[in-house]
Amino acid sequence: MAMSEIQATSPLFRMEGVSKRYGGVRALENAHLAVEAGRIHAILGENGAGKSTLIKIMAGVVAPDEGRMLLDGQDATFRSPAGASAAGIACVFQELSLIPDLSVADNIAIANPPRRFGLIDRRAQRAIAEEALARAGAEDIHPRTLVKDLPLSRRQMVEIAKALASGPRILILDEATSALTAGDVAKVFAVLKGLRSEGLALLYISHRMHEIAELADTCTVFRNGRNVASFSAGSRTNSEVVEMMIGREYSNIFPPRQKRAIEQGRAPVLECRSLGWSDRLRDISFSVGEGEVVGLGGLEGQGQRLLLLALFGVLRGMTGSVLIDGAPVAISDPAAARKPPHCMALIPEDRKTEGLMLPMTVRENLSFAALDRVSRGGVIDRAKEEQLIDEMLRLLEIKTAGLDVPVGALSGGNQQKVVIAKWLMRKPRIILLNDPTRGIDVGTKQELYRLLRQLAETGAAIVFYSTDYDELIGCCDRVLVLYDGRIVRELEGDEISERALIASALNVEAGHEGTAA
Amino acid sequence: MSEWRYWLNEQRGTLTGLAIFLVMFSVYVANHPAGFTANVVHTAANKGVLLAFVAMAQALVVITAGIDLSVGMILVLTNCLASWIVVGAAVPTTLGVVAVLATGTICGAINGALVIYGRLQPIVATIATGAVYFGLGLLLRPFPGGSVNEDLADALTGRLFGVIPSSLVALAAVVLIIWLPFRKSVAGRAAFAAGSSEPAAFMSGVPIRRGKFAAYLLSGLLAGMGGLFLTFFTYTGEAAYASGSAYTLWSIAAVVLGGVSLYGGRGSAVGAIFGAFAARTTGDMLFAFDVDPLWQPLLQGIVLMIAVSIGSLALLRVRNRLDWFQ
Repeated sequence: MAMSEIQATSPLFRMEGVSKRYGGVRALENAHLAVEAGRIHAILGENGAGKSTLIKIMAGVVAPDEGRMLLDGQDATFRSPAGASAAGIACVFQELSLIPDLSVADNIAIANPPRRFGLIDRRAQRAIAEEALARAGAEDIHPRTLVKDLPLSRRQMVEIAKALASGPRILILDEATSALTAGDVAKVFAVLKGLRSEGLALLYISHRMHEIAELADTCTVFRNGRNVASFSAGSRTNSEVVEMMIGREYSNIFPPRQKRAIEQGRAPVLECRSLGWSDRLRDISFSVGEGEVVGLGGLEGQGQRLLLLALFGVLRGMTGSVLIDGAPVAISDPAAARKPPHCMALIPEDRKTEGLMLPMTVRENLSFAALDRVSRGGVIDRAKEEQLIDEMLRLLEIKTAGLDVPVGALSGGNQQKVVIAKWLMRKPRIILLNDPTRGIDVGTKQELYRLLRQLAETGAAIVFYSTDYDELIGCCDRVLVLYDGRIVRELEGDEISERALIASALNVEAGHEGTAA
Repeated sequence: MSEWRYWLNEQRGTLTGLAIFLVMFSVYVANHPAGFTANVVHTAANKGVLLAFVAMAQALVVITAGIDLSVGMILVLTNCLASWIVVGAAVPTTLGVVAVLATGTICGAINGALVIYGRLQPIVATIATGAVYFGLGLLLRPFPGGSVNEDLADALTGRLFGVIPSSLVALAAVVLIIWLPFRKSVAGRAAFAAGSSEPAAFMSGVPIRRGKFAAYLLSGLLAGMGGLFLTFFTYTGEAAYASGSAYTLWSIAAVVLGGVSLYGGRGSAVGAIFGAFAARTTGDMLFAFDVDPLWQPLLQGIVLMIAVSIGSLALLRVRNRLDWFQ
């Protein structure tokens, strides 16, 4: 649609000159936004661009310092999430707002449970839950299941159902598809398009360009807390959009691959022979040579994460064998995996729970995995620690106000760098990465890709699981596609394309329709 | 999964508590010289009911992911108060009972206010208030003494139809009148939600403060009921520090036995009751086996340790070790 038409209709929700400061940091500055009914409005921007603050203000989680917001011409500055929800603004948060010990039905109806004689009517609540789940295309979830017993992708669907159940006029989705399987994404997209034709206003935040290309009518780009541009979808090329987001030229985000001469007769650094674990991993065989980056692809939850955990000694009762440098090894637990001769490192998926101790300092977090390398007789050698940390800060260009600030105060991208640096301090030979770029901005991603290549060149063997097809295509020498706990396809070199990845991820022959840009 | 399996999953903690109690009680009765008679059951019920009240009080707070170290002292304070005012004819006795229960409720409200509005850590706040409540109890009853309306006491501690301990009937009534409505109320849901994940509850617009405050308030009321029953059993009031502390500590053991998660968000007061009776039986069992009193604390500790371990048996089956930490 043309620009003039966008401005002609009167918006359902309008944000005018909204600013928000956290201490000295301006998270949002003089932001303007107009959201219209019956449209999907994409919000783009790097991490720290102000998207999360924008959403939190709309949802009543934080109060703005300046500016005003209007819903239907009425003042709409909410003082609590409950207030925003009552006014018809529902959020699907990236960090889930579900309560783990309550059932799916309890969660869906939590904001305003149906009551009879003042007490919660479980039967009515269940009907509401069933309807909402059906509306979200998640009929497979039983309303009585406890949320904590559901896998991440199902929880995300419950979260969407919960937002729908509140009968919103404006639905905000913050990275709502990041944990979904490809099948669910298709369902959710259909649901969102349906909601659009019902006249809801949708605000869609995502890092995935192809999703935005498929869904959005209007796009707004944020950078450094300001909205830099609004335009109708499809009127800018991907690289133009990315340029707006990062404010600089976007080229060659992936470093070139070095063609390595494979030394004949040399055992691969890491090799698996028919690895199995309960019914979740079956007959997994592959090898990773020195300097190689091997990707793990496929839909979410097909065993990729478990495979990394299996290699790192977290799972018990595995079958098959793991060989390092051609010799069979039995890795009993993560503590053994990280020590010589294995020298493994696992960069976990959830940096907040498995990667970092958020309230502890940057220094402490960096040293955790390498304490034995910087200490003698149980006493930490401060000089040696300092030297190693310094090296890492430079290598990864971690931006921090100092080594003694809590790591939780850093931005998401820098936190992830700390997780990686922490493991690099051990100079690992085998590096396992579990979707390390989830929720990280483009600039940091680019630095990580370069780092991966650099590590490979110095002889590390890298196993890299990613949910982002572009990454697998751009970074990996080979990609193993998993489906239902098995390797269904191995792609090498030029074979690695989005089409081939999607086709084998869905375990169908190539020819499957790719997403339209 | 069929519906009853969901029910089973929801009630697992409570059922585990029931199972532990049944096993222990069976062993106890089987070795009791008198066997399974109305007398034996009556005595066991009256012994267990006090801890059951305190354990329910504890469970409400533990569900919100807190802990209440003052429940035993509320019991002591209300006991001392009841020994002064629950006396005389029907009307003054009734007023006395109401005043005693109101006192318990106010104690709970103070705890709740400090934790929720004062943002103090529950463990520290309730150590302090517990000391205050005990201090008040001591001022009321520097020496053991006082009396209680004996007709009421006998009615509530005797037997209905010659077989059913009336204290158990009272306990069941409390579950029906307080616990079940609480669990089905919005405030109750909020208490569970806040205990399970306070940030998620906040983001969902749940009335967290109301829910937690209601939990503390009712906790005080239940502990006050415990104090009232203590008076009915003993006919006196006594500010016994050791006894108050013991009730507090055993109430924590009881909620764990009853399947209430100390991490919050999960469990039921009914489970806590089973846990309380199971905990009480650990002591009685040793009587039935005629153990030297000198050995009793030691053995009671071991039995308790075994009982608590049953709940963690599931951890041995874990194959993905990250599940240990969830």
